[in-house]
Amino acid sequence: MGVKRWVGAWPVYRQLTGADRLGRGRAVQSRRSAGLGPRTADADRVADSVCPYCAVGCAQRVYVKDERVVQIEGNPDSPVSRGRLCPKGSASKQLVTGPQRERKVRYRPPYATEWQDLDLDVAMEMVADRVLDARRRGWQDTDASGRPLRRTLGFAGLGGATLDNEENYLIKKLFTALGAIQIENQARI
Amino acid sequence: MGSNMAEAHPVGFQWVMEAKARGAKVIHVDPRFTRTSALADRHVALRAGTDIAFLGGVIHHILSHGLDFREYVRAYTNAPFLLNERYQDTEDLDGLFSGYDPHTASYDPSSWAYESTAARERPGHRAKEQAAPYRHGAGGPAVEDSADGIAADPTLQHPRCVYQVLKRHFARYTPQMVERICGVPREVFLEVCRAWTENSGRERTAALVYSVGWTQHSTGAQYIRAGSIIQLLLGNIGRPGGGVYALRGHASIQGSTDIPTLFNLLPGYLPMPDATHEDLAAYLDGVRRPGQKGFWGNADAYAVSLLKEYWGQAATAENDYCFGHLPRIDGDHGTYRTAMDMVDGKVFGYFLLGQNPAVGSAHGRLQRLGMANLDWLVVRDLNMIESATFWKDAPEIETGEIVTERCRTEVFFFPAASHVEKSGTFTQTQRMLQWRDQAVEPSGDQRSELWFFYHLGRLVKERLAGSTDERDRPVLDLAWDYATEGDEPSAADVLRRINGIDLATGRAVGGYTELKADGSTACGCWIYSGVYADEVNQARRRTSRFEQGPYEAEWGWTWPLNRRVLYNRASADPQGRPWSERKALVWWDAERGEWTGHDTPDFEKHKPPDYRPPEGASGPEALGGDDAFIMMADGKAWLFAPTGLTDGPLPTHYEPHESPVRNLLYGQQANPTRKVYGRRDNPSNPAPPEAHGEVFPFVFTASRLTEHHTAGGMSRQLPYLSELQPELFVEVSPELAAERGLRHLDWAHVVTSRAAVEARVVVTDRLAPLRVEGRTVHQVWMPYHWGPTGLAAGDVVNDLIGVVVEPNVLIQESKVLTCDIRPGRRPRGPALLEYVQGYRRRAGITPLTGTRVMTAGDGDGHGPAHTEPDRPEDSP
Repeated sequence: MGVKRWVGAWPVYRQLTGADRLGRGRAVQSRRSAGLGPRTADADRVADSVCPYCAVGCAQRVYVKDERVVQIEGNPDSPVSRGRLCPKGSASKQLVTGPQRERKVRYRPPYATEWQDLDLDVAMEMVADRVLDARRRGWQDTDASGRPLRRTLGFAGLGGATLDNEENYLIKKLFTALGAIQIENQARI
Repeated sequence: MGSNMAEAHPVGFQWVMEAKARGAKVIHVDPRFTRTSALADRHVALRAGTDIAFLGGVIHHILSHGLDFREYVRAYTNAPFLLNERYQDTEDLDGLFSGYDPHTASYDPSSWAYESTAARERPGHRAKEQAAPYRHGAGGPAVEDSADGIAADPTLQHPRCVYQVLKRHFARYTPQMVERICGVPREVFLEVCRAWTENSGRERTAALVYSVGWTQHSTGAQYIRAGSIIQLLLGNIGRPGGGVYALRGHASIQGSTDIPTLFNLLPGYLPMPDATHEDLAAYLDGVRRPGQKGFWGNADAYAVSLLKEYWGQAATAENDYCFGHLPRIDGDHGTYRTAMDMVDGKVFGYFLLGQNPAVGSAHGRLQRLGMANLDWLVVRDLNMIESATFWKDAPEIETGEIVTERCRTEVFFFPAASHVEKSGTFTQTQRMLQWRDQAVEPSGDQRSELWFFYHLGRLVKERLAGSTDERDRPVLDLAWDYATEGDEPSAADVLRRINGIDLATGRAVGGYTELKADGSTACGCWIYSGVYADEVNQARRRTSRFEQGPYEAEWGWTWPLNRRVLYNRASADPQGRPWSERKALVWWDAERGEWTGHDTPDFEKHKPPDYRPPEGASGPEALGGDDAFIMMADGKAWLFAPTGLTDGPLPTHYEPHESPVRNLLYGQQANPTRKVYGRRDNPSNPAPPEAHGEVFPFVFTASRLTEHHTAGGMSRQLPYLSELQPELFVEVSPELAAERGLRHLDWAHVVTSRAAVEARVVVTDRLAPLRVEGRTVHQVWMPYHWGPTGLAAGDVVNDLIGVVVEPNVLIQESKVLTCDIRPGRRPRGPALLEYVQGYRRRAGITPLTGTRVMTAGDGDGHGPAHTEPDRPEDSP
């Protein structure tokens, strides 16, 4: 290596003589860092999404590689957010890929002290049975003056202002058909 | 006001900063100096819970100085309309309006009607919950009789015209009174008045932003009314740069009211039917009446199309489109009523869908004890939350109130798919629907709510197949034939059905004006109609902001019909010309005979400004060419609400349910129609005129941090966010710290009659003591995101709060209460219960405390108490 190349490889020299006077870019690159690229660069695909936290509606780009989310970034095209995300939106990759995510159905029988495993299909059948049982026990055909009520007060629901419109639609529709009126949402709270 | 936008909606706040950079003045009115205050031109500190006194003062300033935008007010509001002679104001009745019944704590609103409308006496009193406006949906009740015969005085001089009534109602809301009630020095208050009025009118507009700092009060709906009255008087509604912005707190909380999972609404703000609605016609008469103006006149088309989407071919004209299949409400079935019914053993099962009430709802202890008394509980969430694990780690385990081995609740936890693992739309705070594409498949048992409820519906239908029981007909008839991809229902197909289908052609309709009342269309939510126009998912549009104009009409889709500014007809004068070139938005193009402009006109496209409806017209046809408020029964914006609100036609300053001071304006201390749920497990701190308020001498308020999200279910388990805000804290002023011996970063605990909660002390002048009526009032603030589990754990702040709700919408008063604060950690275990019991004893608290809601006139705290009727254990 000649002296000139040796000196030229020295970051302070490059910083003083090159365009990167603040030493925040090319001047301080090593061979390794020069070869690094963003995780977004080699993603297999990018999905258009929206941040799930507050109600501003910041647009997100979800980068996927090998069927796994590798990065979530703000979408600069959005007239709502112009590519910005707040600390929560910026942490949403942890929200969807972190170890806190539950992957299996958990079941706690009455009086039990710990969770148990339960098959998803079995759990669905058990819930369907319980819904119909609670519906029957809480059923009211008429009020005190004999006017039709056609409803049950046996079970209730509360949730989720981060659910999709399509999901809320099916929830309300099914509850209503079952006669269940106590369906509520964060929107009340 | 009532919003810490920089903290809670930080990315949205960039637009406030853009406006400021272009010369806009930003004023932040809030009890605490926050991240928003730091970026505003002026921060105004006021006592929590006194915003209506402040806003009433602004109204008084506008009217007493004639600063209203008179042409706008005369043309587009009900200011000229005359009220009937029976109306009596809070000025006449010591803080009550005419029609109050102390025994039901409710109003008969018939005396609030306009003059020409026959104010019929209702036969007898309807019980409070029979008359409540949450049963009206968004249409609100109609004004009685026809809308075109209302007596009016265009000069606004008649003593009974709305303008003069408004002036008298707020006559005593002077700068001096604002100073005494709110603790805002009068010169600061007048500076706000000047800034607001000088930046409104023909050439300028001002915007008003609020959040749950305004809604979570026992007078919350009237807070919004007060802000709206100012914006109407100043001509700031329907115009660019104007408006009232409700900043909602969750990704699709707007969507959750539009397509409600709420007990009192059907999709599109149609009301749930109640026991008085014998058939569809009677139901529709409650939504629209002949002679009424506006687009609620087509409620029959919206409702029949919804019934056709619900029950498909089973819904026919002969069977009233299955209207009889709908269950009926007959009172309060809100989430707090339901929680108390759980405690009382009246509810057997509960679904929690991305919701954590053990931490996130007021009175967490009541929520947890309710869940511990269920037969079964289904929790669907991304990760474990306190509401799923209360049976082993609730604070009540430590106090002995819940014993795991004796807790009978059967709990199912279903892992949910995240926002990137499913497709669908959120509706954000600006009414914009944005579609998300699925990025990856969920893993293991993770599923969407769409999957869960679609298959639950399928399983239930299978179980009931062949039933001859009449009560099962609505399930058997239910149209549940959504397209699926694998076993996942297609969200796009659900959205298309929400948009609406022409049943003859099978094509998606283009908008709600195409819906029919004859059963030939099916539509899941009429206000979303158009989101699938031309068979295109309009919510999925992503035309870059670099490629379109300032109204960005091709990014997502905004209801209704992609109109970005509601009531934007009001941006033009009655003749259809922009009020000013600078503030032009939509206008009448006489040559082409249509409304045009930068935004999609919120008006019938070809109705000219000089259109006058024919005699006997109703619905949209009855709207004149200058009736800008097209959803209102009289085409006008309501400064005075002749009907539709349960707690009065005008906003009135009432003290919060728990307050350290007596109401300085009226004998009536607090909202006389608030719901107090007086019961032993829901105690109130005493407030004047009750004695012993000094036991809880400080004002308490709570709100959010940027780095956490509501009850923490989506943030306290994330390493980044937990590191950024690792621990619960309580902010106090240096003066209060000195008074109570609190040291910065040491422990302290806050006490109410419900609970004691510990946190680290932050001594800061962000919370300045206020001078109110000659005395110092200290305010205490906490963020509320913590719970016993997660990477960042802490006490549940909502445990401090009791359940008292606003009577129109049943939201809890969680933004203001009274408290005590003491140095050191709180007692543990059963000693905690004894400690809080000691406070209750010293304050003389019984189930009757706070339940004598009428204090006006001779009432003064001796009126009837409003306790739970069927709980003998709550008798004192």
